[in-house]
Amino acid sequence: MMKVELNVNGKPVTADVPENTLLVHLLREHLRLTGTHVGCDTAQCGACTVIANGRSIKSCNVLAAQMQGAQITTIEGVAAADGTPHPLQAAFNDCHGLQCGYCTPGMVMSAIDLLAHNKNASQAEIREQLEGNFCRCTGYQNIVKAVQQAQKTMTA
Amino acid sequence: MGVNDFAKLPHIGESLKRKEDGRFLTGAGQYTDDIRQADQKYAAFVRSPHAHAVIKHVDTSQAAAMPGVMRVFTGADMQGKMGGLPCGWLISNPDGSPMKEPPHPILAHTKVRHVGDQVALVVADTPEQAKNAAEAVQVDYDVLAPVIDMRRASQGPALHEEAPDNHCYTWTLGDKAAVDAAFATAAHVTQLDITNNRLIPNAIEPRAVNAAYHRASDEYVIHVANQNPHVERLLMTAFVLQLPEHKVRVIAPDVGGGFGSKIFLYAEDVALTWAARQLGCAIKWTAERSESFVSDAHGRDHITHAEMAMDKDGKFLAMRVHTHANMGAYLSTFSTCVPTILYGTLLAGQYATPQIYVEVDAWFTSTAPVDAYRGAGRPEATYVVERLVTRAAWEMGLAQDEIRKRNFVTQFPYQTPVALQYDTGDYHACMNQAQQLADVAGYQARKQTSQAKGLKRGIGYSSYIEACGLAPSNIAGALGARAGLFECGEVRVHPTGSVTVFTGSHSHGQGHETTFAQVVAARLGIDPSQVDVVHGDTGRVPFGMGTYGSRSLAVGGAAIMKALDKIEAKAKKIAAHLMEASDADIEFSGGQFKVKGTDKTIPFAQVALTAYVPHNYPLDTLEPGLNETAFYDPTNFTYPAGTYICEVEIDPATGVVRVDRFTAVDDFGVIINPMIVEGQVHGGVAQGMGQALMEHGVYDVESGQLLTGSYMDYAMPRAADFPEFTLGHVCTPCTHNPIGSKGCGEAGAIGSPPAVINAVLDALKELGVKDLDMPATPARVWHTIQTAKV
Amino acid sequence: MYAFTFERPATLADAAKLAKAGGKLLAGGQTLLASMKLRLAAPEQLIDLGGIRELAGIRKEGNRLVIGAMTRHADVAESKEVQTAIPALAELAARIGDKQVRAMGTLGGSLANNDPAADYPAAALALGATLVTTQREITADDFFQGLFVTALNESELITAVRWPIPKRAAYIKFPQPASRFALIGVFVAQTDGGVRVAVTGGGNGVFRHAELERALDKSFTPAAVADVKTDASELNGDLHGSAEYRAHLIGVMAQRAVAKAVG
Repeated sequence: MMKVELNVNGKPVTADVPENTLLVHLLREHLRLTGTHVGCDTAQCGACTVIANGRSIKSCNVLAAQMQGAQITTIEGVAAADGTPHPLQAAFNDCHGLQCGYCTPGMVMSAIDLLAHNKNASQAEIREQLEGNFCRCTGYQNIVKAVQQAQKTMTA
Repeated sequence: MGVNDFAKLPHIGESLKRKEDGRFLTGAGQYTDDIRQADQKYAAFVRSPHAHAVIKHVDTSQAAAMPGVMRVFTGADMQGKMGGLPCGWLISNPDGSPMKEPPHPILAHTKVRHVGDQVALVVADTPEQAKNAAEAVQVDYDVLAPVIDMRRASQGPALHEEAPDNHCYTWTLGDKAAVDAAFATAAHVTQLDITNNRLIPNAIEPRAVNAAYHRASDEYVIHVANQNPHVERLLMTAFVLQLPEHKVRVIAPDVGGGFGSKIFLYAEDVALTWAARQLGCAIKWTAERSESFVSDAHGRDHITHAEMAMDKDGKFLAMRVHTHANMGAYLSTFSTCVPTILYGTLLAGQYATPQIYVEVDAWFTSTAPVDAYRGAGRPEATYVVERLVTRAAWEMGLAQDEIRKRNFVTQFPYQTPVALQYDTGDYHACMNQAQQLADVAGYQARKQTSQAKGLKRGIGYSSYIEACGLAPSNIAGALGARAGLFECGEVRVHPTGSVTVFTGSHSHGQGHETTFAQVVAARLGIDPSQVDVVHGDTGRVPFGMGTYGSRSLAVGGAAIMKALDKIEAKAKKIAAHLMEASDADIEFSGGQFKVKGTDKTIPFAQVALTAYVPHNYPLDTLEPGLNETAFYDPTNFTYPAGTYICEVEIDPATGVVRVDRFTAVDDFGVIINPMIVEGQVHGGVAQGMGQALMEHGVYDVESGQLLTGSYMDYAMPRAADFPEFTLGHVCTPCTHNPIGSKGCGEAGAIGSPPAVINAVLDALKELGVKDLDMPATPARVWHTIQTAKV
Repeated sequence: MYAFTFERPATLADAAKLAKAGGKLLAGGQTLLASMKLRLAAPEQLIDLGGIRELAGIRKEGNRLVIGAMTRHADVAESKEVQTAIPALAELAARIGDKQVRAMGTLGGSLANNDPAADYPAAALALGATLVTTQREITADDFFQGLFVTALNESELITAVRWPIPKRAAYIKFPQPASRFALIGVFVAQTDGGVRVAVTGGGNGVFRHAELERALDKSFTPAAVADVKTDASELNGDLHGSAEYRAHLIGVMAQRAVAKAVG
């Protein structure tokens, strides 16, 4: 067992976990933040995407221990304190960017990172930059549309 | 209320934002793996590493002694205590004899028959402990040769004693003599050999089950990622575990996509339920993706020879089809009806082909079971018809659209030679709109632009037909169905006028919570925010057959409409009483009850309140309350149809196919929520394109190992693999359900593969390429070009 | 994942000591953790290099770029220094895996792993990079020794990589459709010592392509390599592409890389 100290969604967290605990399991099982999902075991589907120290990562392919001291944001922490949805959350709803909802949290976190690093991304760049996130429901069309809409509201 | 009046109501045809999105966008969704019971235990399965082997001995002693392990169960523990997994559809051979239906054990006992076949179940305190112990279970196998290639299955070793030549059934449909006679007189016959590639469904939420047994009440509560919880319960209790159905509650909470793969009753669900009772606890199992690959039911996997006989003008005279269908190692729940009832009956497509004959041979192989996957039989049929039609066009010197237009059915109802009767449609309208939206007029210019870049451009058409809402129950029963095919809906009006709807349909992405609320709100004249939809819980919903085959709105929605009819009729009586008028004089619209020819009205909410506070109420003739349930059994299938046009650009140097434009025009009848419907088409088209260009479940012929057992080798489509799709709609309302809707969930996956492949072949024609199987991967396209050159 | 102990040393010396004692080095973990999850690897101890500050960073030293071994792919991709000095390297880094992988994956981890379809080994070999370790300096030509095999000994860590700045260079990757690793990747570099071409994805490890180099030394144009054939018998084939297809792709990607390099 080891002690991991990090910050999740703005709150300091200390957890005693086995060394082989993945970040996603720390989030889901220890902190019960079950919005972050697991969709594969080869770090490709991206359902587990969270933001760590300002970049999106796959929380299923990182040890909690590696994240010692990190700032983590999950889907549960992206809305404003008063509950106002993040522009991407709003845009996914507006544009029907989700169906079954399973890939959605990872997709939203990935898109937040995308726009943070490339706020003027073209449609082609958005599609390219979402390559680490699988969606089986939407054909991606309305996800891309949602990112484009959020892009407008965020730069307005 | 007629379909036309219904379609004009407020909220019908409105792209209302989805009510369910809030929880999914904030991480508050509750999928099966998110649920943790008190005293939660975890399961891991020991799976066969071999495709075909005799189990000589299973030694669990070491595993059972490992930390945290509660029990290790093997097939021997279950022997005689339960049945095997049932098959829901009996197919008969032409001589009337039944298909071969070998047992499908919950844990393999004597033999394993595919890689991933489950051999033992470990229950432990943590998932890691369960996995560690599963690795420590020693299984002594006597390895046998696998049976992978269907075409040689009869020469392979028998997988099941019951089927010595690995043959499951032969099924035929149509008038063979008439077809043969028509071929004899044909001016031209087009022939085609095609393979419909095996697909692995890959809903992003892996299968999961959490089974709990409560000793105090002797009740089971099973949370499971499933599309039809009542069917799961019925099959499990009646056919496998012999449990009292009323003691078992099955909940399918938020489910992360299904695409057919979560229709079926799986061995893991049964094993956990039984083990929960043995151990008196709650046990959870969530598939790792590697397990999903080898243990989820796969889709498609047909090999077909098809022929079309035509007169000199390209009019179709007759069609003859022979198909080999892969069943996999065992018969999954609805496996047998997919390449038969859902396939052979669709071979008329949109065309007035007078005679059709189809023969299907189904085979057992040492691969994962094959069952319904988005479209189920209908994509396979459409692929045969639409590839054949386009090849026929080229052989006859006709344009792809021209041969279709010459043969479209134009008179409805239309009785096909393969059992179905199409109620309505307008195939020319779909074609015309698709051609406009696709800017077919500008195609030649685009082709020249591609040419100038050294790229090959092609255009492909596909005019598909689909049959949704499998029905009616009595006819399906006569054809071998072992279940009913109705749906149930309950409308519970609360005293304050808000409404809870209980539906037997299940939403795992389709947005029923929004669409069904729109239907109810439209009928009752209330706001959709006042309507909640409950689904996926046998403890709350009266009954249900679930969601598959694009049936939810056409069948489940129709059941709700029937319940609303009852609500309206009773509410009118209450209103009549309140306004001192006769029942017959009450009109209801816009949420107001009105006495005909007067200005006397009362609102719906007042009637609702009166129903539950029946002080001024005809108690002698009317029960209090406003809560109605209805069951709806359709009289026919519904027949969505459409035309898809695809344009591809191919780099001959690498074989890369880029889909440049894709246009889909569909006729789904009446549409409740266009935004949701378009989303369904996007997703379906994407899966169809995935099949056409990328996805392929491949087993090694020698070893029987699944070569595409992870996302490292099974190519899942990503965002950059698609262009923006262009959509259009035609509406000919379904004539036999009260909503007029036909179903939209599968169309995209049905119509798109042949459109893509026809476009690829069109592009490669000038290089001498005549044929190409799916998926048209870069390597395959490149090799095909090289072979054609020689 | 099997159980293991976890160390997070703060200095290179401590890390080397732990490695010598048998611990397994964990850089970004994008490959190692994935294989541990599938229980294909079972180290008893992991030594996380993420806490050693001196291992990350990018700086220019004369006509060379020096990139610390723990520098993440994303940082290489976004580095103005790299974009200016060796744009092909920044572009290569920007296309490794996906952006989540690039946020964690490291230069040193990729080189030490020497996956036969990885991108960085092609850059190192084509640019004639020098790998600086805790014990010595190793040229890329000596470093890569076949399928997942390198010149590193068990207790040796890569600390940094020195990249000579080429006159012109470009990398073109043809992705395997499922994994998006390189089915074939070709890195061409016109260096002071002549043209160097490295190919990844084709065989048991990254390799230099002598015929392409000879042709490009004569004329650094796409046309110069249009007729250079690669012997398919020395390449691997699999589900995603036969050896013959890969051999053909080497020629096509080489032409495209040269076209890109000459702009």
